[in-house]
Amino acid sequence: MYELRGVTKQYRRGKETVHALAGVDLTIPDGDRLVIQGPTGGGKSTLLQMLGGLDRPTSGSVELDGTDLAKLSEAKLTKVRSESIGFVFQSFNLIPTLNAQENVETALVPLGVKAAERRERAAEALKSVGLGERLTHLPSEMSGGQQQRVAIARALVKQPKVLLADEPTGNLDESMRDEIMDVLETMWKEHGLTFIMVTHDSAIAKKAPRVATIRKGTITVTERA
Amino acid sequence: MFFTYLRRELRRRRKAALVVASGLALGIALVIVVSSVSSGMKQAQGKVLESLYGLGTDMTVTKAATPPEEGDGDERPRFRFDAQDGDSDEEQSTDRVMVQGFQTLASSTVTEVGKQDGVSEAVGGLSLNVVKVDGQFTRGEFQQDQNSGGSEQQGGPGGGTGQPQGRVQGGGADFEVNSYTVYGTDVTNLDLGPLTSSKITKGRTFKSTETDAKVAVADSSYAKEKELALGDTVTISGTKFEIVGIATPDSGDAAANLYIPLKQAQTLADSKDKVTTVYVKATDSQQIDAVKSAIQKNISGTTVTTSADLADTVSGSLSTASNLASNVGKWLSIAVLVAAFLVAGLLTMSAVSRRVREFGTLKALGWKSGRVTRQVVGEAVVNGLLGGVLGIALGLAGAYAVTAVSPTLQAQLGSTGGGGAMGGGPSGMGGGMGGPGRQTASKALEVALTAPISLSTVGLAVGLAVAGGLIAGAFGGWRASRLRPADALRRVE
Ligand SMILES: Nc1ncnc2c1ncn2[C@@H]1O[C@H](COP(=O)(O)OP(=O)(O)O)[C@@H](O)[C@H]1O
Ligand SMILES: [Mg+2]
Repeated sequence: MYELRGVTKQYRRGKETVHALAGVDLTIPDGDRLVIQGPTGGGKSTLLQMLGGLDRPTSGSVELDGTDLAKLSEAKLTKVRSESIGFVFQSFNLIPTLNAQENVETALVPLGVKAAERRERAAEALKSVGLGERLTHLPSEMSGGQQQRVAIARALVKQPKVLLADEPTGNLDESMRDEIMDVLETMWKEHGLTFIMVTHDSAIAKKAPRVATIRKGTITVTERA
Repeated sequence: MFFTYLRRELRRRRKAALVVASGLALGIALVIVVSSVSSGMKQAQGKVLESLYGLGTDMTVTKAATPPEEGDGDERPRFRFDAQDGDSDEEQSTDRVMVQGFQTLASSTVTEVGKQDGVSEAVGGLSLNVVKVDGQFTRGEFQQDQNSGGSEQQGGPGGGTGQPQGRVQGGGADFEVNSYTVYGTDVTNLDLGPLTSSKITKGRTFKSTETDAKVAVADSSYAKEKELALGDTVTISGTKFEIVGIATPDSGDAAANLYIPLKQAQTLADSKDKVTTVYVKATDSQQIDAVKSAIQKNISGTTVTTSADLADTVSGSLSTASNLASNVGKWLSIAVLVAAFLVAGLLTMSAVSRRVREFGTLKALGWKSGRVTRQVVGEAVVNGLLGGVLGIALGLAGAYAVTAVSPTLQAQLGSTGGGGAMGGGPSGMGGGMGGPGRQTASKALEVALTAPISLSTVGLAVGLAVAGGLIAGAFGGWRASRLRPADALRRVE
């Protein structure tokens, strides 16, 4: 469970100070499915970085199950990321020189999983996203939808508590969007994850039971009955 | 994962890897060529020195030069002929046996040197110069000046004493001067000394029992010039020696024209128990400087000359080329290496910059910064090693090319030491003769330059390759370590 209190994040850009987050309070219970939307530059990605321990807030606290990520050392934060948080990025972020299986394995490397088990679990994860036949394909040999599915397998292979996705369908064409949304939906249900997704797609937002909207660094949460 | 990732990166980014490697390869190849040419120069100098010293000699001990004292004049060669009356045409002949450089050490010095720490062997030798003059001399006739005492007499200071004035007329000399060198070698120890740099090509060398034998070994070119063959006899200052062997120098000139047993040489030169040079072999070639100072400290009045000292006096195109290799070559290869290291570093850094999102993603996945850095450094080190392999191949090719062409270099050994040039002076014999002592001091040789590659050169190249890789890795690793996990979301591509 996430507890965010008074989270601000400021970036310096030359002489200017950008208030990417201007005091965010937010509670996300375990197993929740939260959709974050808002205009470009509103602070969606910044919030996701705070939730994923990729960066620290300028002020405020980001508690994950009682631990304030804002106060953790870099080493501890790295450990939290490696164990508890799965990321899916807009532009897939696969390692271009590694094949599908090896890309998924990279998520198990920091956990010290032995090579043989790593390979097996990676193959298993790829099978669950429907890519059991493409283990040795390089990212460049796959479609955008397939690449994003590899990325989802990579995010989930370590059985994280939280899945964070930043516009996971942003770089995909129409036909693949639903496919990826279906995969994510299925994964959320099967793994009992806390699933937080940033999206531009209003169609997706409309269907979601809980939607947070971020504008100029301030958040408003809308619950649908 | 480390090796899989590494292998994949290198295979897929072959071109980038090759660019970094080629830069390093160039620098490393240059280092190999320069250092092998330098060692070729050293070998060439070694050959020049060897022809003087003989093989295995680490240093020589000679008498310290003393300023010539008053009344030392009788050390100079002096020829006395009886001028004959005009009608006599009897031939006269005189041999003058002189010690080269006029400076000798007592034979006991040889034993003393041998006892010093770090000296493995010490052998004495006596270098002689023999000047042989043959010819006729006719006495001049004195003719009285008719006008002496006349009124036109100018009368110098103290002039006009009434002494008869006139001039010598018709005196003449018709003679030939022959100069050659003789080296008295210690027949009981032939391991060191000038004769070791020659091979016995005919006959035999001395036997250790021949201390008192009247036998000689002739240098091949001298034997040819004088038409000497095995079994012939040569007469040195009235003593006949049988030629038992002909020696041909391995390279360059011979140290002497004739070699005879030391004791015989001492007798001829009237220098009983004297030697000109002690040839010293050190137990450890790394300790030469220490041995040198020990000898100089413990045995007064001696000068110790090491190969390195003598090498300093080498001049000619060999020394020019050698200076070129050690100065220009060294600086050039250092400059190229530094440039190559920098370029490799910057290229690695820019490669990391192009992979910001990749490394950011790995950090976001929970990879420790150290693991990411290690990956970058690993890639750079492999690039460095690749550069090393390429560079060594290129360097070996270059060095073999030099050896194949093997350009000829001239070497002159400088005329330090020696001294005692004779001839010229008003009391001397009008015709200038090559001074004794200059024989060893000045020598011109031709040597072919090679570029031998030693294991240590290859080792140095490997070391440089690793260093280059590590430097490049340090640049890249530093850049990678500063990346933040949030860079996974950066939109730079
Ligand atoms: N690393 C950064 N340095 C400076 N400004 C940043 C940085 N990251 C984000 N910003 C700024 O913060 C604001 C919020 O950005 P972001 O969270 O990426 O918005 P969104 O994801 O909603 O488009 C924007 O004005 C953006 O320009
Ligand atoms: Mg964004």
